[in-house]
Amino acid sequence: MTTVTNGVNVQALLDAREVLKGAPEAAQFTWRASAKWNNGVHSTINVQSFFGLGEEQAHQEESVFEADHPEVFAATDKGITPIEYLIVGLASCLTAGVASVAENRGIQLRSVEATVEGDHDIRGILGADSDVRNGYNDIKVTFTIDADASRQEIEALVAQSQKRSAVFDALTNPTNVTVEVA
Amino acid sequence: MTGQAAERVTAVVIGAGHAGLAASQFLSDRSIDHVVLERGEVANSWRRERWDSLRLLTPNWQCRVPGLRYEGPDPDGYMTMAEITEFIDRFAKVSGAPVRTSTNVTAVRRAGDDYEIRTSDGEVRCRTVVIASGACNRPALPQFAGAVPTAVDQLTPFDYREPDQLSDAGVLVVGASATGVQLAAELQQSGRPVTLSVGEHVRLPRTYRGRDVLWWMDCSGVWDQRYDELDDLTRARRLPSPQLVGTPQRTTLDINALTALGVELVGRWATVRDGRALFSGGLRNMFSLADLKMERLLDTFDEWALTTGRDSEVGPSERFAPTRVPDSARLQLDLESGEIRTIIWATGFRPDYGWLDVPVVDTKGHLRHDGGVVDSPGLYALGLPVLRRRKSSFIYGIEDDAREVIDHLARYLAGHR
Repeated sequence: MTTVTNGVNVQALLDAREVLKGAPEAAQFTWRASAKWNNGVHSTINVQSFFGLGEEQAHQEESVFEADHPEVFAATDKGITPIEYLIVGLASCLTAGVASVAENRGIQLRSVEATVEGDHDIRGILGADSDVRNGYNDIKVTFTIDADASRQEIEALVAQSQKRSAVFDALTNPTNVTVEVA
Repeated sequence: MTGQAAERVTAVVIGAGHAGLAASQFLSDRSIDHVVLERGEVANSWRRERWDSLRLLTPNWQCRVPGLRYEGPDPDGYMTMAEITEFIDRFAKVSGAPVRTSTNVTAVRRAGDDYEIRTSDGEVRCRTVVIASGACNRPALPQFAGAVPTAVDQLTPFDYREPDQLSDAGVLVVGASATGVQLAAELQQSGRPVTLSVGEHVRLPRTYRGRDVLWWMDCSGVWDQRYDELDDLTRARRLPSPQLVGTPQRTTLDINALTALGVELVGRWATVRDGRALFSGGLRNMFSLADLKMERLLDTFDEWALTTGRDSEVGPSERFAPTRVPDSARLQLDLESGEIRTIIWATGFRPDYGWLDVPVVDTKGHLRHDGGVVDSPGLYALGLPVLRRRKSSFIYGIEDDAREVIDHLARYLAGHR
């Protein structure tokens, strides 16, 4: 068997799967982000700490994101639009999934590119038509993958990646969301 | 023990379906005294818990149990419920199984080296027990079934008999296993508009290169894959039944066939919110996964035919159209609008071990066992999905399983004399 090096530590993930089967409480994670309003529709979001494996955890470094709206929205465009962050999450989650599944299946990847297009009718958020929803109507992800594999195997990578994707699930299935004032 | 001493036998078999009767056959072959306890009649579930039009998924020539096989004029046909009931009845008679009908087991517990079995008709003590009470004792419903508005009738496959039992309005069938696709087709053809909620499923053509797809499963060795050689046994055991139907025309009943009948497709049902059913937007990937798995399986068949020189015996290689994705699948459905008056939960079944007072059931309600050898000395199981092989899920698979499990049971008795 040739060694595949996509850089994913699949063994660690498989080991974790076995351990967490018997310890569901350790599998409970909480992800966090905090946003601070600047001015207009521009805010800054900080992400560093999270909870998992039974204790507080933190990324090695804090990440800072700017969110705003483009000039066509009459805004200052100091960062990407919040709804764009959703497709950032989707693209990165599916891409990570492709690499992990490929590693696990012994498929060497040479390049993976994903482009995401989310169709959005903004009459919803503007309140211009109450029949139009606020969020995306359709999202399309297109992968271009160069790998030591048949087309069928590559399609299977992409299908399996969706099957195990947190963001794909979060976007395709309803989630309870509570928003309150502290 | 006080009062009347309990009856004593060496082995007790629980359930007189094909699995329990096969166990009995091998116990008799080894002169191990035993009884078969049956809550109702022989083949009880086939008699009472199936809808009218159902036929077996396996062709008649695959209807085989130890000492008895189908010998009628239609080897490629599929048995009706009356026929399979008669077949299992005949098995009970031919094998001379010591069946006690109308004897419901209410408790099984360990008592020293023995097991103590309480039944609706007294107590039995024994050294070994074979659990053959089936894998489909109770319909498995999602929790949100309780949130469905009361104006909508809810049926499980245990309640469903025929279309005329339902209102004429729309029906939402949940689940696209063999049960779901069969009921969706039958109800759509009865004139009721059907919406089918599709999650993960197993797509198969009824025939491939002129032979029943289950002929290929058998010959190519897929069905003989052992439980301890599978990559993901848990997944294999939980796999939904394949989208197959047994009809005299040997028709394929996949999602494309249902689309052609006019059935509306929606994604996996995620939850109920404010009287609305919310469906997953991941339908397209459900189809991709099923199409890809089917193609891989057909590749396996082709390769087997080629390498074993059977290529000329069968028709030319075939590939089937990908599952057609609806232009826009609905993501929600108002359950209070009257559009849907009936929901049929084809969401699978689970076994019922409420009577088993031995700590061998996992948190998901399944028996902890290694190829039918349960995690308690002298306790065995038969007739569960992928028990020892892929074919264990079918009647055809019972002979090898029962032989091996009863072999183990006999060795256990020999070592414990």
